[in-house]
Amino acid sequence: MGSSTCIRHLVATLCMVVAGTSVSASTETTYSDSGPEPMLAQVFAHIEQNHLDAAFGQMEKLLNLYPNFRLGHLIKGDLLLARSRPLVTLGNATNAPHGKLADLREEAIARLKAYRDKPPTDYVPRYLLQMHPEQKYAVVVDTQKARLYLYRNVEGRPRFVADYYISHGKAGTDKVREGDKKTPIGVYHVTASLPRQKLTDFYGSGAFPISYPNEWDKRQGRNGHGIWLHGTPSDTFSRPPKASDGCVVLANQDLDALAKNLQVGTTPVIISNSIEWLSLDDWQAERTALSRSIEEWRSDWESLDTERYLGHYSKRFQAGNQNFEQWSTQKRQINAVKQWIKVGAANISMFRNPGKDEMIVVTFDQDYRSSNLSNVMKKRQYWMKEDGAWKIVYEGGA
Amino acid sequence: MPEKYNIMTPRRFSTLPHALAVLLCTGLLTLAPASARADALQDANRLLKQGQLGPALEKTDQALAAKPKDAQARFLKGLILTEMNRPNDAIAIFTKLTEDFPELPEPYNNLAVLYAQQRQFEKAKNALEMAIRTHPSYATAHENLGDIYARMASQAYDKALQIDSSNASAQSKLALIRDLMTVSTRPATMAPRSTPGKVQAPTPPVAKAESTPVAKSEPTPAVKPEQAPALQPSEPKPAPAVEAKPTVGGNAEVEKAIRDWAAAWSGKNVKAYLAAYASDFRTPGGESRSAWEAERARRIDKPDPIQISIEKMQISVEGDQATAKFRQHYRSGKYKSSATKAMALVRRDGRWLIQQEQVSN
Repeated sequence: MGSSTCIRHLVATLCMVVAGTSVSASTETTYSDSGPEPMLAQVFAHIEQNHLDAAFGQMEKLLNLYPNFRLGHLIKGDLLLARSRPLVTLGNATNAPHGKLADLREEAIARLKAYRDKPPTDYVPRYLLQMHPEQKYAVVVDTQKARLYLYRNVEGRPRFVADYYISHGKAGTDKVREGDKKTPIGVYHVTASLPRQKLTDFYGSGAFPISYPNEWDKRQGRNGHGIWLHGTPSDTFSRPPKASDGCVVLANQDLDALAKNLQVGTTPVIISNSIEWLSLDDWQAERTALSRSIEEWRSDWESLDTERYLGHYSKRFQAGNQNFEQWSTQKRQINAVKQWIKVGAANISMFRNPGKDEMIVVTFDQDYRSSNLSNVMKKRQYWMKEDGAWKIVYEGGA
Repeated sequence: MPEKYNIMTPRRFSTLPHALAVLLCTGLLTLAPASARADALQDANRLLKQGQLGPALEKTDQALAAKPKDAQARFLKGLILTEMNRPNDAIAIFTKLTEDFPELPEPYNNLAVLYAQQRQFEKAKNALEMAIRTHPSYATAHENLGDIYARMASQAYDKALQIDSSNASAQSKLALIRDLMTVSTRPATMAPRSTPGKVQAPTPPVAKAESTPVAKSEPTPAVKPEQAPALQPSEPKPAPAVEAKPTVGGNAEVEKAIRDWAAAWSGKNVKAYLAAYASDFRTPGGESRSAWEAERARRIDKPDPIQISIEKMQISVEGDQATAKFRQHYRSGKYKSSATKAMALVRRDGRWLIQQEQVSN
């Protein structure tokens, strides 16, 4: 029949979209399947096989579990309509606001893509170079895939836990200005936990503000605030892929599951346009090279050879009001009167900043002792690759 | 259980006594023919058509006082209550009828119409599925079910898109069945079917039939089946009827009229389709000509392509009167139905027009 052919054509189109972006690697399914994707995929599989009644039955089950799943209602509508007339597309509603239909189609593609195109198990997001021991979990967001990935820290190595469908800014990513309805790209962390009772229904089961704008954002002149991870209104299971004013929005049940693993002030949240995946070997090589640079910086500081120490800093270095020249002058003056320096760097975390600039955000507990001054602080550095070598472009307290 | 049904009024083919005899035989109803009850029901029917709902109900209740189990009277009461805008009472009546006479499709259909008005589409769908289960080629139920699916789809879309389209576009009304006629039989005036048990000759392919010179064909007896080449229902051609080989004489004229009618239906030519019916055509639900025309126009105007193909046509002509009988395959969207259709035609101003129409399994 014409109607099912049309749906099958649509499914085939979705498959092609998925195939075009697939990461070729083993797809051993050790993932926990959260949310409606597995059942949704079954619905589409039934449609592909022209088992429309089975597809309808599965969709009813799915909507039983997720009664506010709008995309599910759209597909249910199509399956009903297919019984009386040929379908032309996904979402055959007449008089429908065009934007809403387009949104739901995007959600369908995003969900199916994420389900069929899971990241390979033996690959890790390039950004999670090193988590420090107190960071039990890390969150990585892929805005293009409309997906949030949760990783557990197993002796410094990220291990996949779960992934969830998310929505991001209406106007996309690379937030620059307040009110631009974009989601920032960068390395952040959870700064607070706002319980449901303190929020309106719009934010659903809770909210977790993150640290946008970070030091680098500020230096780039980016502004705005109030970028949160949060839930959905009670009558809404999920929102379209691009729906928020810049926040990352999860289904309430997903936010609740995620919330159990978030540590305020600690859990990193890295937001990327498109996650870069590394094999464990490549990942290990990157982190070893960077660790070596950090260790050299530390020992060169201890050595009191100020010029070697300053060699780790970029000419573009800037911290507070100081540029590289002012910073160098100050360091030379301080070091001139020291007999000795001991620098401890513990609990180091290293996260690669997503984007074209090769930049790493390094945070650690610094234990500085010297002949005339001692100080313990949490320090943050931004390292950037210049002519093949890692250089510090920002340094400050964290 | 009777195997034939139609959706026409008893008077149309004067088969009421026959129908009642069948009813008696099947044990569905126990009533005396031509009783006072029948008169009361006829009066009630007339009052209902005149819109005098109160008196119609009174008459019906009188009939029911004498025969509380009577299906016709209960069915009529359901209709009157529906018209009186007492849907819950009407639902109760029709529900009880489906329990007492589960083989009748009409109460299921009307139950579905009432549920649909209350936007209880799941219940409406179930009722229509029951109607179709009892009578698989029940065209009204099929068409209503198509509407129900479309409305359920629209409801799902509303949830998906967070809109309320229930008031945005005027919802088309589902067709209420006006007569409980499942139990009537084929009228005697219609040409009989081919002898049961007789092996029918394989249908010649269309191409072969076309190659046969028309002049060569002999006048065929009206009752002989297989005059026209069968058309495959799955053929994608919208109006395959034109390819058929006509029979000669009056038969050929009648056949052409019927095939033109089918072509107009397939081609969604509402004007030509309606023009195929005589001015005194008896509408199937007993409704007014204009109401019937509006309903037909609405059905035919739906976006789905319609395919009608006709086969096994038998025609008998007597002066300006003709009867025709054929297998009709209807297909629109996902719907397919095949039924035997009997027609009475009349020649007026040299044109054969449909005067009566009857469907059976």
